[in-house]
Amino acid sequence: MSLLKLEALDARHGLLKAVRGIDIELNEGERLALVGANGAGKTTLLRTLAGIHPASAGRIWFEGEDVTQLSAHRRAAAGIALVPEGRRLFGSMSVADNLRVATSALRTGAWNFDTVVAAFPQLKPKLKASAASLSGGQQQAVAIGRALMTNPRLLLLDEVSLGLSPLAVQGVYDSLAGLMASKITLILVEQDLQRTFSVSDRIACMLEGAVVATGRTAEMTRKEVMHHYFGHRTADAPKEIA
Amino acid sequence: MSWLNQIVQGILLGGYYALLACGLSFMFGVMRIINLAHGSLAVVAAYGVLTLADRYELNPFVALALVMPGMALLGWVLQRLMLERSARAGELVPILATFGLAVVLDNTLFSVFGADSRSLAPSIDTLAYDGVELAGFTIGHLSVLTFALSVVLLGGLHLVLAHTAIGRQIRSVADDPATAQLVGVNATAVNAMASAIAMMTVAVAGTFLAMRAAVDPYAGAPQLIFAFEAVMIGGAGSLWGTLAGGIALGVAQSLGAQIHSQGFLIAGHVLFLLVLLGRLLLAGRPLKLALTRSR
Amino acid sequence: MTVTANHLQTGDLNVGGAALLPANGRVVERWTALSKVSVTMLVLAQVALALAPMTLSDGMVDRLTVLFIYGILALMWNALAGYAGLVSVGHQAFFGLGAYGAVRLADAGVSPYPALLLAAACVALLSVPISAFMLRLKGGEFAIGMWVVAALCHLLVNLDTLIQGETGTSLIALQRYDAGSRRLITYWLALATMVGLAWCVFGLLRSRVGSALQAIRDSEEAAASIGVRVLPTKRLIFVLSAFGCAAAGALWLATSVTFQPKTYFSVQWTAYMLFMVLVGGIGTYEGPILGAVVFFSIETLFGAAGVTYLIGLGVTAVVFALVLPRGIWGAVERKLGLQLLPVGYRLRNRDTSS
Repeated sequence: MSLLKLEALDARHGLLKAVRGIDIELNEGERLALVGANGAGKTTLLRTLAGIHPASAGRIWFEGEDVTQLSAHRRAAAGIALVPEGRRLFGSMSVADNLRVATSALRTGAWNFDTVVAAFPQLKPKLKASAASLSGGQQQAVAIGRALMTNPRLLLLDEVSLGLSPLAVQGVYDSLAGLMASKITLILVEQDLQRTFSVSDRIACMLEGAVVATGRTAEMTRKEVMHHYFGHRTADAPKEIA
Repeated sequence: MSWLNQIVQGILLGGYYALLACGLSFMFGVMRIINLAHGSLAVVAAYGVLTLADRYELNPFVALALVMPGMALLGWVLQRLMLERSARAGELVPILATFGLAVVLDNTLFSVFGADSRSLAPSIDTLAYDGVELAGFTIGHLSVLTFALSVVLLGGLHLVLAHTAIGRQIRSVADDPATAQLVGVNATAVNAMASAIAMMTVAVAGTFLAMRAAVDPYAGAPQLIFAFEAVMIGGAGSLWGTLAGGIALGVAQSLGAQIHSQGFLIAGHVLFLLVLLGRLLLAGRPLKLALTRSR
Repeated sequence: MTVTANHLQTGDLNVGGAALLPANGRVVERWTALSKVSVTMLVLAQVALALAPMTLSDGMVDRLTVLFIYGILALMWNALAGYAGLVSVGHQAFFGLGAYGAVRLADAGVSPYPALLLAAACVALLSVPISAFMLRLKGGEFAIGMWVVAALCHLLVNLDTLIQGETGTSLIALQRYDAGSRRLITYWLALATMVGLAWCVFGLLRSRVGSALQAIRDSEEAAASIGVRVLPTKRLIFVLSAFGCAAAGALWLATSVTFQPKTYFSVQWTAYMLFMVLVGGIGTYEGPILGAVVFFSIETLFGAAGVTYLIGLGVTAVVFALVLPRGIWGAVERKLGLQLLPVGYRLRNRDTSS
């Protein structure tokens, strides 16, 4: 049985369909990357999965249960965790409190306060500092750590490299390397195609709310992905991205 | 010396205002709603305690202990039935709804209890007027008790917010309700809990109002204004700011009373406007009453 | 196909006459057949009301005067709350100050009826510095802040020895007119003020100010970033609402002759304004008028019930706030797409008739 199954999922912003007819199946341990231009619906899809955006049609099956109508905090308790776009830390709270509040999901597992801090050692000296005072890379670490505190079975990462310097992005992905080695199931939205190719084992390309291409990372070429990213054929063959 | 005495009385009065205002400040900090029925709810609690104390000849403090769970439940119901809905409908709607509620509460109290003002002073005997002479100042037992209680309550709230799991949950919802949901916090339940806590402080405030003075069905409006002034004078967010604001208000009012027979109320309002003006001149930005939200 | 748009349009549009013709064959216009009929009916109604005292009994004339005053209050509170987005729980300050000003001016020798409007003008002037403080506040802070202002005004007015504290005084100068003339003059003055203010608000809504208000309501920051002068626009509405409420207070004084601060500065007046606007339709043009009529009818029928009546008002307000926050007219407008008075813009294809 697959861990996650999306059946004809729709989500709307007002009258506009931001996500249309999504059918995806994900097994435990798989890492799916969502690729697409801005406005393709990737963030909306993740938010709908996490429960902070309502689905207007279709179903979400998680661990065999229909969670479509479940509220966000119950989904967190069920094991779906989202690291939101822009990090969305609780700026008025300390780093330690940001991590600790995530135990509200009441799930047990490998991740607790000590193991999370161990996984992100750059946070150790900053535990008492207010979350708003951290650098972008540090904030991203807190955001991921906060999601891990809920001991999720499915982790959703929305543009973790957004707004970060290349060095900081490297730092985030280094921290994630350990995570990748574990069997955690992942859906990530990432603008950086190189990272996407290196981290995921499946790719789904989204355009105007629908999935237009999907396949195993090893079998898809950059050219194909770029084609679907932009939604049209590029005139010449694109240069290979180093 | 009588000026200094008035200042001391004012400081102690500030304790009452802090007690009254902390619920208002708390609710706004967590839910971004200013509850215009705040004062009326304090009066409702006061009448509850008065009724229990009279009918069953209970000690007011015992009556308060019985009323508090009732008020907590009322806060929970209020949040679930009214405040949550109106907050979703837009910024203006909570103001309209809570004002309507205040009108309903005031007039219902009038129709049930009549126009006469009532007091708990007879039930607490000497506590109402006993005092100590300290270095030439008269310090009433009740006033000191009120002040001490306000410090304890504010301190308790602060500790709960800073160091407990529920406190972290409340702060996270105050900061960013949607993201709080993502990490497993049930924002609806947390808001209802915060409302219940606020109503319990309101119950205490109402009881002490009835002890120190008399309440009538329409006493809610002035209490709301005092609470609001205390919060605004004390400044953004912090509970201790509310204590400072309450004290400043109490001192201004007491000094004003010395100057003119109508000076008590006028001085308070004038101080409020002066502080407002001062803040505007200093900051030149729109005032924010609450904890700042993170982006 | 017609599409109704209430949004800011750049460039000047000729009001009520030739319309701008965009290149894609669509026409922007302001009037529809329905609104032309409505406005004509409105003008006729106003004329009829002006002539009404000839045929109606004294009691009816008095009641209609009260209705006009309620109409003024509803219109003004809606202008502030519905258009500028500022809910004030303290506009009884201006109501009371208007009456107080009239008492003071009459005492200084000004003829009583001109004193009423002069008092309103003075209060409007006074509201300008008040707005400097208050307009920086938002939401509930503004609401209660205004209540503080009202409480302070009440206290300060009480200090005036002429008023004798809560005992109050009367506008004795009105005695120089006989009861019949007083009734008629007050009636016409109230009608003229209400009509005048209504047309004034109508004109404002159709002008740049109206578009600015809509933009501010949608998003203050975005409006400011495209050059909408947010604070001056809000101030304009604030001062207008102060003028209107002061005029209403002065007119109330003319009907009741006595001035007791407690009555005029009571927060009850806000409760009435809130009820009328909320039930009628906040933010719509027709709403407050409807609300005033509804309130007036309810008061005529149930006012004698005293406290129970007030509880009923409060409960109705709460129910409307929770269930029907757009009010009766707001709901009608939404369901039927109806707009009787042409305060917005309409887009239609050139070749179809609307």
